[in-house]
Amino acid sequence: MLETVIQGVLLGGLYTLFALGQSLMFGVMRLTNTAQGDFIILGAFAVIAGVSAAGDAAPGLVAMVALAVLPVAFAFGYALQRCVLNGTLGKDPLPSLVVTFGLSIVIQNLLLELFSADPRAIETGGLSTQGVALGDTLSLGVLPLVVLAVALVATAALQCLFARTALGRSFRAVSDDREIAELMGLDAKKVYAFATAIAFVLIAIAGALQGMRTTVSPSDGPMLLLFAFEAVIIGGMGSFWGTLAGAMILGITQQVGFRLDPGWGIWFGHIVFLVVLVLRPQGLFPKTRG
Amino acid sequence: MNALLETHGLKAFYGDAQALFGIDFSLAAGELVAIIGANGAGKSTFLKSLAGLVRVPRETIRFKSEPIGGLPPGEIVRRGLAMVPEGRRLFPSLSVEENLLMGATAARKGPWNLQRLYALFPILAEKRHAPGTSLSGGQQQMVALGRALMSNPEVLLCDELSLGLAPIVIREIYAAMPTITGEGMTVVIVEQDVTMARQVSQRIYCFQEGRVSLEGKSGELTREQISQAYFGIEAAHA
Repeated sequence: MLETVIQGVLLGGLYTLFALGQSLMFGVMRLTNTAQGDFIILGAFAVIAGVSAAGDAAPGLVAMVALAVLPVAFAFGYALQRCVLNGTLGKDPLPSLVVTFGLSIVIQNLLLELFSADPRAIETGGLSTQGVALGDTLSLGVLPLVVLAVALVATAALQCLFARTALGRSFRAVSDDREIAELMGLDAKKVYAFATAIAFVLIAIAGALQGMRTTVSPSDGPMLLLFAFEAVIIGGMGSFWGTLAGAMILGITQQVGFRLDPGWGIWFGHIVFLVVLVLRPQGLFPKTRG
Repeated sequence: MNALLETHGLKAFYGDAQALFGIDFSLAAGELVAIIGANGAGKSTFLKSLAGLVRVPRETIRFKSEPIGGLPPGEIVRRGLAMVPEGRRLFPSLSVEENLLMGATAARKGPWNLQRLYALFPILAEKRHAPGTSLSGGQQQMVALGRALMSNPEVLLCDELSLGLAPIVIREIYAAMPTITGEGMTVVIVEQDVTMARQVSQRIYCFQEGRVSLEGKSGELTREQISQAYFGIEAAHA
C-alpha cells in the first residue's frame, strides 16, 4: 500500500507539471488552453529534434538542449498571446476555446507530418532506468524523483512570484479587475503575454520530462490535457498549491486503481474528478478572497 | 487664463443609449470643482470619459491644450489625470499596500508616495498588509483615494467618495482634501451630497439628463437654484 501511495505521489509530480501552466493561464485571464497537452508534446518533440540535430545523445547534452528550449518556449508563449490569444479574450469564453482547440489539431498534424506516428523518447543515457533502493522491497526511480522535485520547486516558485513580485502583483490585479488595472496604467495585454510566456516555460519543462520518462507520440496531447484539467479542477482554480494537491490526489487515485486492476487506473482518476465536480465544484482548495 | 482641462460639446454613449448630450466644461489649475446631479444625470459617465473608460471623439476633451478624448486609460493617467472610481473598486486579492503600489504604475514624479499617504491616513499604515477589501468602507475609500494619488496626478477625479458611507466617515475623508489641494492639485468631485459639495468646492456644475443645467460659484448659488437645476423643475431666472 505504501508503495502504491509513493508511486502515486511521484505520478502526481508529473501531473503537477502538466497542470501548472493551465492553472496559471486560467488564473490570470480565465482562458482554458485546450491545446495544453499538445503544447507539452510539442515541447517534448522540440527537445527530441534538438538532440538529434546535435548528434550525440550524452546526458549532459540532453540537459543542455532541454534548457535551451526554455527561453524559446518563453518567447513563443509571449508571441502566441500577443498575436493570437489576446484577440480571443472577452466576456464570452467560446472564442478562446475554439482557437486553442484549433491549435491543438494543427499541432497534432504538424507533428505527425514531421515526426510520423512512431512513439519516441528523449534518450537520457539510462537515467530513466536508474533507481534508488529504500529498504529491501522498495525501489524508487531516479527520474520520477527528479520530476517530483522539479514540480515542487516550480509550484513554490510560481506561488512566490505571485505573492512577492511586482509582476505577480500585476497578474493578480488584471485577474481581479482588468478595467481598473488599465486605469492605473497597466497594459493588460502585455501582462497576459508574460503570464502565457511563463506558462509555456512550464509546458516545455513538462514536455521534456515526459519525453524522458516515457515515449511520446503526436496524438498523446488530449490525454495529457485531460489529466492537467482534472488536476486543476480537483485542486480548485487559481491556487498553485491547490493544483499540486489536485495532481497528487489524481496520481494516487490512478495508482490505487492500477493496483486493483491494470485497466482501472485512468478510470478511477476520472471517477474522483467527477465526484469532486459534483460535491465540491469550486475544487478542494479554491483561492480564498477577502 | 487657459483652462487646464476642458470639454467642448462632449457626447458619450453606452452602446446605443446616449448618456451625455454636449457637455461644455472647463477647469482651471488649482480649482476644486464639484459635479452634482440626480442618479443617471451622466456625472459618472462624464468622469469615465475624462479618464478614458468611455470612448469619446479625440477633440472633445483637451488637457493642457492637447486633445485626449478616447485615449487609452493608461495613457491618460501617464499624462496626469487620475480617477478614484465609483464604488472604490479595490483589487480584492491585493493587500492595502499592494493596492496603493498599483496606483504608482504610471510612475510620474511628484510629492505623493507611500510615506506621505500613511502620514495622511495613519490607519492605512497600520493595516498595510491586510487585504484591501477586509477594511471598513471608509478605510477602503482612503485606499482608493490614495491609490489615485500614488500616480501623482495634476488632476484628481473623484467619483462619489461618499457613496455608502456614514456622514462622520464622509467628513473624515473630506478632511484630507485641504492637504491634497495644498500641493496645487486640481480636483473634480462627483458628489450626491449637495451640502458637502457646496462646502468643499469653489465651483459647481449641476448635471441633468446628460446636460449641464447649472454652473456657478459654490458660494453664490442659492439653494433654490440648485434644487431646480437638480430636479429639473422649470428653469429659474438667475
